[in-house]
Amino acid sequence: MRFLRLQLPLFLTALAGSIPIVAFFWSPNGTIVQTTKDWLEKYMVIIASFALLLGVINVVQTNVKKIERRQAGWHYGLFLLAGLVGMGTCGILGAIQVGPFQGIGFRPDGSRTPFQWGAEFIFNPLQATMFSLLAFFMASAAFRAFRARNVEATILLIAAAVVMVGRIPLGESILGGRPYLAHFTDWLMNWPNAAAQRGIIIGAALGAASLSLRVIVGIERSFLGIDKSE
Amino acid sequence: MSWLNLARLNALVLFAVFCVLVLSSISRARRGGSLFIRRIAGLNAIDEAVGRATELGKKVLYVPGIMSIDENQTIASLAVLGHVARMTARYQTEIDVPNKDPLTFVAARETVKEAYMQEGRPDLYNDSLVHYVTYDQFAYTAAVSGKMVRERPAANFLIGSFYAESLLLAETGQSTGAIQIAGTAEVAQLPFFVCACDYTLIGEELYAAGAYLSREPAQLGSIKGQDITKAIVGMYIVVATGLLLAGSTFLKRILTIQ
Repeated sequence: MRFLRLQLPLFLTALAGSIPIVAFFWSPNGTIVQTTKDWLEKYMVIIASFALLLGVINVVQTNVKKIERRQAGWHYGLFLLAGLVGMGTCGILGAIQVGPFQGIGFRPDGSRTPFQWGAEFIFNPLQATMFSLLAFFMASAAFRAFRARNVEATILLIAAAVVMVGRIPLGESILGGRPYLAHFTDWLMNWPNAAAQRGIIIGAALGAASLSLRVIVGIERSFLGIDKSE
Repeated sequence: MSWLNLARLNALVLFAVFCVLVLSSISRARRGGSLFIRRIAGLNAIDEAVGRATELGKKVLYVPGIMSIDENQTIASLAVLGHVARMTARYQTEIDVPNKDPLTFVAARETVKEAYMQEGRPDLYNDSLVHYVTYDQFAYTAAVSGKMVRERPAANFLIGSFYAESLLLAETGQSTGAIQIAGTAEVAQLPFFVCACDYTLIGEELYAAGAYLSREPAQLGSIKGQDITKAIVGMYIVVATGLLLAGSTFLKRILTIQ
């Protein structure tokens, strides 16, 4: 039991984690390690698709339970299940080419299959709606962040104002067509901003490498759901 | 030596140095050597956030990012999730973990289940605490935002790998008045979290979170090794910049990786 619960997962983790590292340093002429690495990547996709099936089952179970018990927001669950069954049916019937469900894209005559219609006229506009909300959220976050409460916040406010104005044609027209503001914006982005970003990136890269090492040697095992005392 | 890619020999040497530094720090920590790890405000605030949810009788929402388990940030997030779940089990507070990636979903479920077992409260655990939503980025964002608005969790944890949805989630959570702790190593998303959240784990703090919270000497030792490497990298940058200004490209050439 201990072997299945602890030793085998840790061994597999160490093996799967080490192979890409070895493949990176292996000679391009040697194919065994590279092939194993490619094989592992392919199997990850296969395993993920099984996990996706588990996810779909969980979505159905959770929402059916919610509807049965008339929990708060149960009608959202109804919409979700209708969408899942509707698009799922169109996709499966399209894949096996039954009746009008000839594929999941466009038919040879250029008309849309039901799956394509649903994706193009329902799913894509809904996605675009969510994404476009970002503009409004950016404005509200900027309004809160750019208040001159102290010295640091004031510097942030000035730098942000310069970059915002410097990135638009208005900035150039304010100074009579001279690109001073645009040049100052570029300097801010390419030097102080890039320096701060690289500092964070170097720290994060070393942190990621350290975490990977902890995972490979089996010190970090929380992602396996294993107690540290085991 | 034909099996070795000689063009990457410099990277191999660096990798070996890094491994030696980290593993020797772990070994020293295991032997009981003293370790100073600076306070990380965002991680200390976890207790406050869960405590607040407990006092208000509301749930804790934990979003483990949108990437799969092959992403290091997700693994780091699961370590924090384990700690948060232990606290919610201890205080009998409800936790809600919606997932976008199916593999992360399975791992998160195991992590939470194990945390409830460790706290001796398997009776409080049920599978609906950790649930799957969808594989689509914006559909997932819509679902989680909806949860924040309708169910009004008292504490939101946004820890892991995030992209365009970071500000959508953080601003929605901010508008509900929840205490928010975020953490990511995606540099482009950090400003959004800093603006909209109460605490933000920046880059390496996220990767150190699991070790910091576990307080295990072996894990803390790895952070020490990482810090020593960072100091060496810092010194290298200073010396290499000086040499470049003096016209020598020697240090730049020996560390150019192909």
